[in-house]
Amino acid sequence: MRHTLSIIVADQPGELSRIVGLFSARGFNIETISVGETLDPHWSRVTIVTRGDDRTIEQIVKQCERLARVREVHDVTTRPHIEREMALITVEASAGVARQEVLSLVSVFRAKVVDISHSQLIVEASGNKEKVDTFIELLRPIGITDITRTGHIAINRLASVEGVKERNEDEYLLR
Amino acid sequence: MNQIYISLKKINFTNIAHNAKFATPLAEELMSAQPSIVEVVRKQVSVEPDLSGPTGAEILMDALIYEGVDTIFGYPGGAVLHIYDELWRVRERITHYLVRHEQGAVHMAEGYARASGRVGVVLVTSGPGATNAVTGIANAYMDSTPLVVITGQVPKHLIGTDAFQEVDTVGITRPCVKHNYLVREASDIAGVVREAFYLARSGRPGPVVIDIPKDVSAARTTYSRLDHVGFPFSNDVARVERASFSQALDAVLNAKRPVLYVGGGIANSGADESLRSFAETLQLPVAPTLMGLGGFPSAHPLCLGMLGMHGTYAANMAVAQSDLLIAVGVRFDDRVTGKLATFAPNARVIHIDIDPANIGKNVAPTFSIAADARQALSELLDLSRGQAKDKLRQSIGAREIWWEQIRAWQRSQPLRFTGSLNQIKPQTVINELHRLTKGEAIITTDVGQHQMWVAQFYPFKRSRQLITSGGLGTMGFGLPAAIGAQLALPQQTVFVVVGDGGFQMTNQELATAIQYELPVKILIMNNGYLGMVRQWQEMFYDRTYSEVDISVAPDFVKLAEAYGALGLRAERPSELHDVLAAALAHKGVVVVDVVISKEENVFPIVPAGANSSDMILQSEGV
Repeated sequence: MRHTLSIIVADQPGELSRIVGLFSARGFNIETISVGETLDPHWSRVTIVTRGDDRTIEQIVKQCERLARVREVHDVTTRPHIEREMALITVEASAGVARQEVLSLVSVFRAKVVDISHSQLIVEASGNKEKVDTFIELLRPIGITDITRTGHIAINRLASVEGVKERNEDEYLLR
Repeated sequence: MNQIYISLKKINFTNIAHNAKFATPLAEELMSAQPSIVEVVRKQVSVEPDLSGPTGAEILMDALIYEGVDTIFGYPGGAVLHIYDELWRVRERITHYLVRHEQGAVHMAEGYARASGRVGVVLVTSGPGATNAVTGIANAYMDSTPLVVITGQVPKHLIGTDAFQEVDTVGITRPCVKHNYLVREASDIAGVVREAFYLARSGRPGPVVIDIPKDVSAARTTYSRLDHVGFPFSNDVARVERASFSQALDAVLNAKRPVLYVGGGIANSGADESLRSFAETLQLPVAPTLMGLGGFPSAHPLCLGMLGMHGTYAANMAVAQSDLLIAVGVRFDDRVTGKLATFAPNARVIHIDIDPANIGKNVAPTFSIAADARQALSELLDLSRGQAKDKLRQSIGAREIWWEQIRAWQRSQPLRFTGSLNQIKPQTVINELHRLTKGEAIITTDVGQHQMWVAQFYPFKRSRQLITSGGLGTMGFGLPAAIGAQLALPQQTVFVVVGDGGFQMTNQELATAIQYELPVKILIMNNGYLGMVRQWQEMFYDRTYSEVDISVAPDFVKLAEAYGALGLRAERPSELHDVLAAALAHKGVVVVDVVISKEENVFPIVPAGANSSDMILQSEGV
């Protein structure tokens, strides 16, 4: 099962490699990883998407917690949460049907065209993994020449409003 | 502007109090402060270069003295020249022991730490100095030994340029330390040293590396001893609910076939007394691991002997058939469990360990308590003493059948070996050593057959009496570790039991022992083979003795003499007693070359990955 771990670590040289090194040394898998500042710029948030059964995930969390500069580790996936990743996709599409098709997909997925030339477009898409995957699959037959993806960031939802059912799965596509 | 982060989870003051006999004034000061969960704070220290202030090297020495350090093992080199210069100035306060190889320095610090319970301190230079130290650092990491290893580094402006004697020490040691530092400012040294010592001895102890570039040790800065305060604490252990202990105790009281499985955590937490009282109160059988030997007296009637790959039949059978395993200060190592799926298949497990990551790593416990072994055992002891007498008597009575079964296993398959009139049997050597030293010697070993014979045939009385390389299995550990142990315990007799292979890996440290007049006794179990590998080749590889013959070796007696030590040799059983007695009587360093039967095997043995109850008890046809 896929889990998204949020690791708060001191923003100091070498701390990220401690985390990454721990994953490789203990044979844990990293599907995506992204790092950024937190509210307090002295601390970074490392978001790692990994796979494993409950025991493996528990081990990963505990092993990360042993690191001296790691302040906290939590498994975002255990509670309702929102996940996002971004992709920049270069598509082969000259003026005409192909370009129209790309533009309509962009509109359906609420993506954005960020650059254009005679024969190509760069589009920016964001959403959860499934949304970005789907978008890419639909563009593929038109002709993708390059993709760059950020990997996932995630945040837990606010406490649910009373009377409203908790939404665990982030809705995507048309809302 | 230099910023120091103070990451505070929770301050573990109990841990400092725990090492009270080594407490520094600062620790007392902190203990008197009211600890609480301290939020993450950051302290900003403004540091101007102060040309009249002390150098980084001076601050380092002051910080070490502040920590109560009086002993350092090390080897100088270019990148640590400033530090060695300063070390000379404080030689009245800190004694430096000059080793002959950096691996020896770290093993000595380990032996010193494990014999005394203090933090071992090492100082080596950059590049090869640091890489030579890595084996020792990894060994300390596996065996949870508190060390602070200070390495020199090339000046900051040369870092990353493949400079002379440059190596990425922090990168190389990262997977085998609790934490490491590359110190960038002289003004950071005091705080880093403070935190390093705290990390090394707190929680599950382990090694910490401090890498100091040459220009940092030379730079002058402002410094006051107050810089020691406000260091970051972390890695605290959660407080355990009292209810968890009563639940665990209920499980023990109701168990029909319990076994206490105890390891290195007993020594590290000083739990000998609590363990013995707890086991005696409830009449529980105790099976120590290699690292746990001595934590419970081997000769105690409740002791089943070591468990695991070369453990006793009774210990392994008891664990295999137990209905409750009370695992304290252990990590379910593969040398103990064999095949995990069939390890203690019918047992519920109570796992007590200070490192939460050990809990559930290999075996999912029924009850888990992340706590210091001594605290947990005294808690369990208090609770069991609070039970009604009837209930205790009933619980103990219900286990009589279990004890009968255990006694039957002990009677049917005791540890045994076939004696010989012409050849010296290694087991006899250990028996004789035990008799002559009255079971009181500190014994250090390497890894291999000799180590297992020591574990089986030298009944240890207390924790820290056996200092062996457990987790990493390091050949060459024994001699330097013994030198460190002898330094920590000058009144004790320290014996090194080593093979002829391992001895040759660090025998250069004989010079260190001679130089500092540390009268360790080295007992070489000489069979001309890499014995444990040969045994496996004999048993599992059709006797293909591939590259295990090391019979071309120096004359160990002459080697000893060349170093200025006494050299003795025993080749026949009739010589053994007198030679060992002469070694014991000699005031200085002695090397005893004991020529043992060449193809002796260690039994019992559980083949790697097999069920612990499928052990092989004796060789076929012998």
